Amino acid sequence: MPSRPNWRGTVSTSLSSAPVMGERRRVGETGDLVFAGLCRGAGGFVLLLLGAIIVTLFIGGLPAFRAFGVEFIWGLNWDPVEGREEFGAGVAILGTLVSSILAIIFAVPVAFGIAVFLTELAPPWLRRPIGTAIELLAAIPSIIYGMWGLFVVVPFIQYNIQLAFGEELAALPLVGFLFQSNNFAGTSLFAASLVLGIMILPFIAATMRDVFSQVPPVYKESAYGLGATRWEVMRGVVIPYTRISVAGGIMLGLGRALGETMAVTFVIGNANRIATSLFDPTNTIASVIAMEFPESLSGSLQQSALLAIGFLLFVISFLVLATSRWLLRPRLK
Amino acid sequence: MNRRALFGAAAALPFLPRSSFAQQATITGAGASFPRPLYDRWGASAREAAGVTLNYQSIGSGGGINQITSRTVDFGASDAPLAADQLRERSLMQFPTVMGSVVLSVNLPGLADNALRLTPETIVEIFLGRITRWNDPKLVELNRDIRLPNLPVSVGYRADGSGTTWVWTTYLSRISEEWRNGPGAGTSVRWPVGNGARGNEGVSNIIRNTPGAIGYVENAYAVVNRMVTTQIRNKAGNFIRPEPAAFNATAAAADWSVPNFAADTIDLAGGDVWPITSPTYILLPTNPVADRVEGSRNTMRFFDWAFRNGSDAARRLEYIPLPEAAHNAIRAAWAQSVKDPSGAAIWTPSAG
Repeated sequence: MPSRPNWRGTVSTSLSSAPVMGERRRVGETGDLVFAGLCRGAGGFVLLLLGAIIVTLFIGGLPAFRAFGVEFIWGLNWDPVEGREEFGAGVAILGTLVSSILAIIFAVPVAFGIAVFLTELAPPWLRRPIGTAIELLAAIPSIIYGMWGLFVVVPFIQYNIQLAFGEELAALPLVGFLFQSNNFAGTSLFAASLVLGIMILPFIAATMRDVFSQVPPVYKESAYGLGATRWEVMRGVVIPYTRISVAGGIMLGLGRALGETMAVTFVIGNANRIATSLFDPTNTIASVIAMEFPESLSGSLQQSALLAIGFLLFVISFLVLATSRWLLRPRLK
Repeated sequence: MNRRALFGAAAALPFLPRSSFAQQATITGAGASFPRPLYDRWGASAREAAGVTLNYQSIGSGGGINQITSRTVDFGASDAPLAADQLRERSLMQFPTVMGSVVLSVNLPGLADNALRLTPETIVEIFLGRITRWNDPKLVELNRDIRLPNLPVSVGYRADGSGTTWVWTTYLSRISEEWRNGPGAGTSVRWPVGNGARGNEGVSNIIRNTPGAIGYVENAYAVVNRMVTTQIRNKAGNFIRPEPAAFNATAAAADWSVPNFAADTIDLAGGDVWPITSPTYILLPTNPVADRVEGSRNTMRFFDWAFRNGSDAARRLEYIPLPEAAHNAIRAAWAQSVKDPSGAAIWTPSAG
């Protein structure tokens, strides 16, 4: 359609200037208009919905923000006992960030290995089954991860790590304090991060595999032709070529880890105390909300504080995405 | 005309099945999860016997209070009683249905059920994180006949807001000034030590998986799951096993004549009472709107039937029925405080 008007252009002029097209053309124009309207509506709806959610959370959280001021963000006390309510999101925010970052640290190397194996090393007949298995991992509901975490990961940490060589770990110089804990129930920051890491693994691995396979073969072949080893090709050609998308995949995983609720609630120990050790229990924003929202009275300060930390979670997720965009901006050119 | 007739038929459709069950009334309630098994059992029996079908949603006490405050259900249910001013501003009355107990469960290798003896002082020190080993001299002193292992004490608690936590922390606040001024009593509190989990099943999972763990659970849950429980020393100084006789002693010792039935059943003075027992409550609007009057009447009919016929079912499910005097006081309160829009009492003893 060479004479197709720019869809932003004035439709009425194109109608009047092309009377020959007649009825049929007009039907097409109407269809275009309806289609464009629907698409704009859908796009606008998303924005409206997002805005409405933020506003609702903020208004709901306003009494808590008023009562505690900015200190709400780093305050460490979370005391819902009636008559002396005091709320601070510090522990939950810290727990959310630390557990998500640890999950990224656990997941990225493995995801990288999977992606390299699938794109460079695996025989072709093995790529499909492994690729499908990775995608299936992403399809497992988070409550299943929670149950698996509680019945498998937590006892494993208890018996095979903490009881087996926890004291040796705690005696390590410099990093020993990370393993020094009086908590022997197994539900801990470490368990939560491990489960989270496995949950976000498929997202990161799938993104990495897709972008690695999009590297033009000619680049890689040139490098191999120059005598580069596989590792040198990965490091010198594939990773520089794909780092933006790789970072994007990691951010996708981080975003999912920040808001994960059920699986984390099962294994993190739900204690409003800062974890000074990997084996200490702590809390995340999502798990506090999941635990306390059903019993909070409507209109109470507790419910307001829960909505307020929900708002903060929203802001954190937004900041994470914005930061990643900002970090990547110079390289986008 | 044709279309209108069609609409008419469609609108009438939902009402057709109902007309054939005209005598069967449905009541809806929402709230505490602790009494749900019993209300479900009562509901199943009352469908035939009293002509009332119960639809009970166990969404938690807080949710039950919210729902009855906004009048979206016929009754709410809460483990903790509401204070007099809370009842007044929501135009609600409350009455207890049954009682339940909270027990301590432990995981110590080779320990027999109800063998471990604990005093209020040691319990508070454990939950404040001051007794950290099971071979602590204070525990050894109390349990000369048990070889207590050198295991770390791992405290388990309910992380979700719950009536069980309210009962347990009320008990701790009652026996210890330090706890009262520290964490205090509520459906969720600031725990100084330990791990939180969701529900009785979550706490029992911590206890089962962790040698040296201790946590509080509903007695009914502990009995059904054969958990190892402990003796606790009551106010009179006797070590009490968490058994039906001790629970019934508590129900009999409680004073049900207090306003709003907010009877104090925690740490009573009697010689053989279990110290951690609490009633669970039903919340009923005192001024139901016209189209909720029938639901209000049927709710009272339902519980009247349950008080007369449901005590055995309650006992089988490990709940503690209220004494007859309490039942009568509750019926009197219905007649006195629940009024229809014209100001007449909705409940009259003959209506049951």
